Formats: sequence, C-alpha cells, structure tokens
Amino acid sequence: MLKQRHLLGLEGYPSEDIQTIIDTGFKFREVLDRPIKKVPSLQGVTIVNLFFENSTRTRISFELAQKRLSADTVNFSASSSSLKKGESFKDTAQNIEAMKIDAVVMRHPTPGAPKHLTEFIDAVIINAGDGTHEHPTQAILDMMSLHEKFGKLKGLKVGIIGDISHSRVALSNIHGLLIMGADVTLCGPPNLIPPFIKDLGVNINYNVDEVIEWADALNILRIQRERMGLGLVPSVREYRAMFGITQERLESHQKEIVIMHPGPMNRGVEIDGTVADGDQAIILDQVLNGVASRMAILFLLCGGKSSDEDES
Amino acid sequence: MKIEKMAKNLVLKNGTIIDPFHGKTISGDIWLKDGKIVGVGKVDAPKDSLTIDCSGKVITHGFCDIHVHFREPGREDKETLITGSHSAMAGGFTRVCVMPNTNPPLDTPESINFIREKAEESPIYIHPIGAVTKSQNGNDLTEMGLMHNEGAVAFSDDGLPIQNGAMMRIALEYATMMDVPVINHAEDECLRAEGVMHEGKISTQLGLPGNPDLAESAMVYRDLELAQFTGARLHIPHVSSMKAVHHIREMKSKNEKVTAEVTPHHLFFNDESLTSYNTNLKVAPPIRTESDRKALIEAVKDGTIDCIATDHAPHTIEDKETTFDLASFGMIGLESCFGAVNKILVHDEGLDLGNVLKLLTSNPRAIMGFEQDLFSEGTDAEITILDPDVEWSFEKAHVQSRSINSPYYGETLKGKVEFTISRGLITTQLS
Repeated sequence: MLKQRHLLGLEGYPSEDIQTIIDTGFKFREVLDRPIKKVPSLQGVTIVNLFFENSTRTRISFELAQKRLSADTVNFSASSSSLKKGESFKDTAQNIEAMKIDAVVMRHPTPGAPKHLTEFIDAVIINAGDGTHEHPTQAILDMMSLHEKFGKLKGLKVGIIGDISHSRVALSNIHGLLIMGADVTLCGPPNLIPPFIKDLGVNINYNVDEVIEWADALNILRIQRERMGLGLVPSVREYRAMFGITQERLESHQKEIVIMHPGPMNRGVEIDGTVADGDQAIILDQVLNGVASRMAILFLLCGGKSSDEDES
Repeated sequence: MKIEKMAKNLVLKNGTIIDPFHGKTISGDIWLKDGKIVGVGKVDAPKDSLTIDCSGKVITHGFCDIHVHFREPGREDKETLITGSHSAMAGGFTRVCVMPNTNPPLDTPESINFIREKAEESPIYIHPIGAVTKSQNGNDLTEMGLMHNEGAVAFSDDGLPIQNGAMMRIALEYATMMDVPVINHAEDECLRAEGVMHEGKISTQLGLPGNPDLAESAMVYRDLELAQFTGARLHIPHVSSMKAVHHIREMKSKNEKVTAEVTPHHLFFNDESLTSYNTNLKVAPPIRTESDRKALIEAVKDGTIDCIATDHAPHTIEDKETTFDLASFGMIGLESCFGAVNKILVHDEGLDLGNVLKLLTSNPRAIMGFEQDLFSEGTDAEITILDPDVEWSFEKAHVQSRSINSPYYGETLKGKVEFTISRGLITTQLS
C-alpha cells in the first residue's frame, strides 16, 4: 500500500503516498461523523504507544484512532529520569518486541530515536515526534486540513510563523508541503530560524505583515515560554509586537487567510484568542483531521483490509 | 593476529623500500639481526636466516600516531596500554602518544611515570602526553617540568578545550622552557553549546543540535595568535574545518613552530554520512561538509597539515548503542587508518605514496622530537610492511582494540598493512 514500511519522517517521502494517506483520511472522516464511530479494520492488531515524553493531544489522537479501528492498544510512558540512564531505551524496545506486537507509535525527545528503534525491533514504527527532528503525522493532518479547505496543495502559499529551530512540526511541514508542490515562507526571530534551512528550498521573511500579504494560510507555532528570557526572545511584549498574529494585525490586512495552529496555544502570545476562535481559524478541524489521518496511517501501515470491505 | 618474537636473523626480501626520512625509494632487502637494522638494499645475511617474501609489497618505517586514547588508567574496559598496542600493530603503528584524559588524568610526574613503566611491557613504544592543567580543570598549571623529566613529550587537556585565553598563554609560555608542543583541542565551548554534529544543512534536516565550524576556527585563531606572541610550539589536533585550515595556512607562513594534524575520518567521511544517525560517527570536532573535507585534502597537499593522527577513542558498546544525544564522542581508528588514508590521498587524489607515508612516519616523529632516521644501521627496527593497492572491506574481524566503535564496517579501503615489526617482535601476517 505505502512504499515505506515505517513512517519515520516526511523527508524524501513519496508524494503519491502522502496523497494516498490524505485521501484515505477523508474516508475515515466519514466514519467519525457516524453515530457509531468504529470500524473493525485493525481487529487483532496490537499497537503500543511508547511515549518517552509528555504529550496530551498527540497521544489521545492516536489512541482514539486506534480504538476507532478496533486495534488492541497498550500505553507506555517512561519518565524522563529513567531515560537519562541511557540503556533503558534498548531494553524497553526489546521487551516490547518480545511481547509480539505489530506496531509502535513513539514519541521521544531525541532526534533519530525512531530510526534507532527500527534497528532493534521488527514492528512497524510510527514517529509521533522525535525531538527537534520530525513530527510527520502532525504535518499530514495539517496538509489534510489545507486540502479540505482549498481542494489542493499544489501552488498553495503557506507561512510558518514562530520558533522554527526548536520545532519538529515546522520541519515535517516544510518537507511535506514542498513535496506536494506548495510554497513555504518561514517567519520568526532570526535566532530561532536555523541558518541552513534555506537549503531545503523555503523562503525566509522576518516581516510578518509581508508574509500575511503573501500567504494563503498561516501555520502558527507555539512559542514556548521557556524560551523567553533565555536570550532567545527578549520578552512576550516584544514577540507579540514583532510576530504575534493579533486581531488588529489581521484586520489591518483585510484579506482571506486561513489560520492554523498545531497546539497547544499560548493565547495572547503568538496568537490572539479572538483569532484562534475566529472564522478564519481551522484549528479544531485540524484536531478532527488528526484522528482521521492517523486512522489512515495506521490502517495503511498495519496491513488492514481494504476500507471498502470494512464498510460493508 | 599474534605477536611473536622475531627470528635472530630476519630478511625482508625483494620489497620496495620507501625511506620517508631521506625521501628515497629502492628495491631490495632489509636484514634484521636481534631486532636491529643491519643492512638495507643489498644485504649479505646468513643462509639460515628466516625470510619474508616482500615482492609486490612496500617496506617502510613503522607508523607513528601522536594522538590516541588508550584509557589506562581508569577505563580498562574500553582499552589498555596492551590492547591499544595490539590495535596499533594491526594498523602498522609502532609508536604512539597517549592523551592524558584518563581517570585520574595524567597530571602529575607520578602518573607520567606510571605510563612509562607500564609501557615497558608493551610491544610498541608508548609516550605519555601530560595534562596542561591539574585535573584538566582549565585553571591550574601542572608540574610540567617534572612531568617532562619523567617522559611527557607534549602537553594537552585534550577533550577539554582550554577556554581561558590567559591560561593558554601561561601554558604556552611555560612550555617554551622545555621546547615541547602544547596541543589544545580547539573548540569554543559556548559556541559549540550542545552541538553533537556539524551545524549545516544536514544537522537542520536531522534535527540534531549543530556545532558550527567557527567554534573551532575562532579557537584556532586565538591559539595561533598566542603561539606567535609567546614563541611557543603549538600543535593543532584534528583540524576539521576549511576556516581553521585558512587560519593555520596563513600563520604557518610566519611561524614555523606551528604544526597541525588531521584524522583519517575527517578526510574520509562528510556530514552526509550522519543521515544514518550512526553514533560511531559522533566525534569531536564533528565530521563536516564535503567542502571542508576537500579543504583538508588541499591542506595535506600544500603542507598546511603536517601529519595524520587517528584520535583513536575507544568506547564500550553501551556508550555507543544508544540515542545520538547520549552517545559518547569518538571512534577507534588505528586498524582502518592506512586503508582509509591511502584510498583518499593516493588512489582518489593522486598523491605520491612516499609523501603520504611521511604523514604517518617521519612528520609526526619530527613534531614530537623522536628519531626519524629509522633505516640506519644499528637502529632498533620499527618497520611496517604493506600492500599499497589491495582492495578490502573493513570488518569487525580486523579490529584488535578492546572496543569496536568504528564507522568503517563494510567500507571498501585500499592498501593494507601486512606485518608490523617493533621492539624485537613481529605480527603474524595480517589477513
């Protein structure tokens, strides 16, 4: 079904496979609108959610997707302190392998950890975020949401606003959008945009008003409060003035623009509450599409029967 | 590989003899008696001498590596002076300098003496490098004079860059008294920050924290200025970036007391190799871009870089078989050195084999003040016999080190060491 056995990242991912996932995602969206939101597609398939880092929405989204597909699921959370001991990762992986599972959904703070996991176990690995590397399922749900709104991805102009350096969401979105033929402009404080990211084929513009004028859609990244006062962002006030997507700023442009945010939001910092709740925002559609697209990914990677059979 | 006592009379027959010190190549034999050179070229050895047929092979000086980590004392689970020596002989090395970042570090005359005494049991010559500062703390000068008297051949806080410019100045000034090199691992720790690989397009794609080239070049520049100012001998280890090469080239035209080394891995790999997240490629300073690699090759060609040093850094499986952020820095490098360097410099880049052998023999010996005229009569034999053209795949079976953290497995190398002779001993033929 898909060319790659695992979903580790979107770098170099085949465009036709991204399209297949999105198309399948829309089919599962219909399931989610039914009174009984469950299909037997992954009955008998065992999936472990292996979370080495805190997560609320990604984990719930995956869990719901698994339940909707009738898979058996187990959750594992490792405290960050046991991680520091280093050897636990291989041991954990091999223990899970020994229990005969079919797939692992993993979040880990270290770039490359899911790739590392493929060296120890045979199960299908789905990356649910590896440090500052990739978060492919988030990018797929973002693209599905854009596709829903615009009916296409090719030629779309997407601005990604915020802390690019520390964002796996940004990197996966960049790879995915460029593969699907969209144009991407990054905008944020220069010290939070890696100097070499230009080599990937994106535009960089430090003027958020110019980016708003240019873009069809904005994907606004959370600016972590931890970054404030570390010499990376001088203050909330400064960030809001330079890069915040405020109601006032959007109104001054008087144009149709789609507002996205992967969550969790800092209302009043990178985005105004009124913008997040406004008509232009598709933030809650993203959340719903997150479940649908993850159902599609799990279904396509875990060898489920074709969706036509399931629906009969 | 076994190491055996040499026959009383041994003749290395019909080889191509390359003498890197005199820059001469001849065909002929070498006669060794009781482990010493008797004759080179045409020899008149007793009929019952043991002979090794060296036709098609090159006979040259034993290699000398001025930058290895043998982990003794403290981490004998990674390497010892003995296992490190076996690793060295498997790579054609007969003489090494061990870095002082052991546990405890080599920061007293007593610890230098410990290495000297232990090294007596070793099949190769091992020289200790002393720490510059006590406990390698970067602040308090060690008893360099007494350590030098005990046999320290150079001073370095390798692994821990000396951040304080005034401390580096003091160390260089003090070392002028003994006229030995000071070796500073050149990295600005603030600029390096949490970087685990070269900062560039690849680190951005992999999401790994980057270590920019200027973390090295800025520190190299500071050290070059200090060397000029103090008149001391400065040796720059494991140069990794084009920018550092530029600074060194510039300063070497004014200051002949500056020397520099490059590792085989910085000549062989570029940062694109790291897309596999192979932790065996996690080294400090990091493996950089293809342009940096090419600049290092140019620096070897024009003499900006004086010698090859492996920075052989053994680590346990547990230290490396983990995620990239937690893995230790460093790779082993003695066994793969010649095949890697010869492939890049001789086969790919067209350098003369004799000149490349200088980088492994007389040049590093000159930096450390060791005897370089190794083919003169009466010299204790330090000899490497190699096949310069054979193509081979590097595998775990070739490793004699106690550790196996090499990124070369499965790589095709060119040229292979077949025998190593040192201290009256000879390896069995290396397969």
